[in-house]
Amino acid sequence: MMNPPRRPSPVDSNVVDTQAVDARTGPTVRPPRRPPWRIAVGVALGVVVLALVSREGGGVNLLNALVRLANFVVIPGISYGSQLALGALGVTLIYAVMRFSDFAHGDTMAFGAMGVILVTRVLQGMGISAGPLPTALLALPFGILGAITLALVFDRTVYRFYRRQRAAPVTFVIASIGAMFVTNGLVRLIIGPGDQRFADGVRFIIRVQAFKEMTGLSEGLALRTTQAITLVVAVIVVLGLFLFLNRTSLGKAMRAYADNEDLALLSGINPERVALWTWIIAATLATIAGTLYGLDKSFKPFTYFQLLLPIFASAIVGGIGKPLGAIAGGFVVAFSEIALTYPYRRILGYLGFETDSLVQLLSTDYKFAVSFIILVVVLIWRPRGIFQGRVI
Amino acid sequence: MRRPFWLVLGMALALAAVGVLQSWNVALAILNLQLISAVMALGVNIQWGYGGLFNFGIMGFTALGGLTAVLVATPPVSEAWAAGGGGLAMAAVTMAVTAAAVWALQRLIKVKALRGPAVALVFVVGLALTRWFYSPSAAAIEAVDPSITGFLGGLGLPIIISWLAGGALAAAVAWVIGRITLGLQSDYLAIATLGISAALVAVLKNEDWLARGVKNVTTLPRPVPYEQDLHGQDWFIDLSARVDMEPSLLSGLVVKALYALLFGGVLLVLFWLAHRALHSPWGRMMRAIRDNRDAAEAMGKDVTRRHLQVFVLGSAVVGIAGAMLVTLNGQFTPASYTPFRYTFLVWVMVIVGGSGNNGGAILGGFLIWFLWVQAEVGGPWLMTTLTSGLQDDSPLRQHLLSVAPHMRQLLMGLVLLVVLRLSPRGLLPEQRGKHGPARQRIATEHS
Repeated sequence: MMNPPRRPSPVDSNVVDTQAVDARTGPTVRPPRRPPWRIAVGVALGVVVLALVSREGGGVNLLNALVRLANFVVIPGISYGSQLALGALGVTLIYAVMRFSDFAHGDTMAFGAMGVILVTRVLQGMGISAGPLPTALLALPFGILGAITLALVFDRTVYRFYRRQRAAPVTFVIASIGAMFVTNGLVRLIIGPGDQRFADGVRFIIRVQAFKEMTGLSEGLALRTTQAITLVVAVIVVLGLFLFLNRTSLGKAMRAYADNEDLALLSGINPERVALWTWIIAATLATIAGTLYGLDKSFKPFTYFQLLLPIFASAIVGGIGKPLGAIAGGFVVAFSEIALTYPYRRILGYLGFETDSLVQLLSTDYKFAVSFIILVVVLIWRPRGIFQGRVI
Repeated sequence: MRRPFWLVLGMALALAAVGVLQSWNVALAILNLQLISAVMALGVNIQWGYGGLFNFGIMGFTALGGLTAVLVATPPVSEAWAAGGGGLAMAAVTMAVTAAAVWALQRLIKVKALRGPAVALVFVVGLALTRWFYSPSAAAIEAVDPSITGFLGGLGLPIIISWLAGGALAAAVAWVIGRITLGLQSDYLAIATLGISAALVAVLKNEDWLARGVKNVTTLPRPVPYEQDLHGQDWFIDLSARVDMEPSLLSGLVVKALYALLFGGVLLVLFWLAHRALHSPWGRMMRAIRDNRDAAEAMGKDVTRRHLQVFVLGSAVVGIAGAMLVTLNGQFTPASYTPFRYTFLVWVMVIVGGSGNNGGAILGGFLIWFLWVQAEVGGPWLMTTLTSGLQDDSPLRQHLLSVAPHMRQLLMGLVLLVVLRLSPRGLLPEQRGKHGPARQRIATEHS
């Protein structure tokens, strides 16, 4: 009777745990892992075969196909994946520490991004700019402050009460829906429901035309500044987050609390301090993700709600409660969305397979649906996700 | 007097005030949607209040009910059937055969190494075959007079039949979804159902051959007379002279009142059924499962089956509400199905009204819909009052006035948070049983 009731497992108790199966049948014999060099040789062989198969001027056509793939699948996938990963990191941290899915997270992203936009407008009005980079990067700290304030207000006025009561997780989820409505209303009240474009500075690092002239290929490659910034910022933020979680005493306290609340409390960790910092970090991540998404696409209050589902999908696919899983999940979801809805006709054409159909697995309209399908498949067949996240 | 009495009286007075201050037309329009919202809330209450299922897929079942209204009431398009009906039927057959084959292979092939590749092969071949039949037929159907039809049409039956059929279709789909997802618990079930419902709506938006997708079906027949038909009748002109009202005004009122009678009848029947179910041995078993699943399982209750049952029943009620909604609007617009309006708002209704209490859920439906509609009117009024000190052309005032209708999201959130804090079991809490208090599910978890 020492433990308070833990969260139920996400699957039925009558579904046998995989570990239990292992324990019963003894250690299963796993096939030996393929060494990485073999995979590399395989890929190289594949490339050579494709080059041979391709029509006249095989090598050039292969390059064209690769460039087209990079331009329309790989680069957008990486930047969208980074944005999802940052959002999913926030969701997964809140889940790990507070033990509920924060439905307000998408709107927190919108709120933070809104702060950034407003400050950007002020900075632009004062004539301050970041040179070739978007002014929004300068405004980012202010947006983060705004989002942190909002998150802490909600924590103090709403969540702390239920935390002290040790309320059931569903109560938190319902409270977070209230927070979602309030945040959404605030964003609409302050900035309006319309479309906002706030990206300035140099738009492209590599332009299609310049790339074509430089390489002589018929396919162009474009790299937008916002895409590069997204990747760079995401890498910095993730490195910082991992250093924080693994090296600082506060980060270790958070992980300990997430791992076993009672043991953490016994060893003198202050739960309020852990909660405070969780919200601060989650709000920071949300603002950065929201701003990057807004820079890359455009800012509209309701798109951030739609983003919530891919973000949940990323967190769960990766294994909820696992920061690394959130990142992996973000990329899995982003690449599936883009790769499943991209028409491959031109690419196949370069490789010598002419077809009339678009060779598109799913119509673009189903882009958002892809993440739900992945989500449901993962929930049912591998509920702990790729990284065997916690079954809280 | 008891609390329910005052709350119902207050709601009635508020509606009457709208009738007097704004117009009776508005009041009746609000009442109609309140009745539909109450049916939806009743459906969610059956799932969450009786069974403790965290279903965030309400939007999907509402949309399915709406789809049924189209499929039942619109006249069939024979050219479209001739153009692609056969192909689509073949696609359906190949899809079913593929599913059956995959299922059978899973069972029949005992060698583990063979099972995966065999299933994958059958799946890919089946998918290719299905698309082979599907794509040209769908395109052919959509090409039939695309500005008016471009879909298969329906059965051409009276639309009121679709209320039952909508419930049936929602129940059938809920059975499939429930079989897939009900192994999940709490947040996971919520997220999975939210995702599935969004995928369902995506299908409705994009499969134009089914119900015209985002091109909408706008001319659905009505179960009640049209206003202009009433105008022409002698007895009606007589009546309007007797009550001293313009015929055009009165006809609008009469039509809306007829709708309200129909919806009210459905609500009463469903409420009676839900009430009887909750106070039967079945209802007590459901609450036992909800409050202590392990104990109920130990007593020999089949928890998984009961969960599936309550999921199907609740979804059927939501489907009925969805069909009624499309009947009232006279049009089916898939793009209007958003989770905010059709999932979370309904949840706010149930939580605020009182989960586990059918009367509470219905009251929540009435109250929250009233606030949701009136906030759109009240927001600008409030902003005008608040900013009356400012110049007319001040940018702040202009901005605040233009965004004032969006106050309602804020209001809903605040209502939810306040009720959850001060009266966590809702305005009309679940009735205590004979043998001790009902457990407070929302507020605390016993440690």
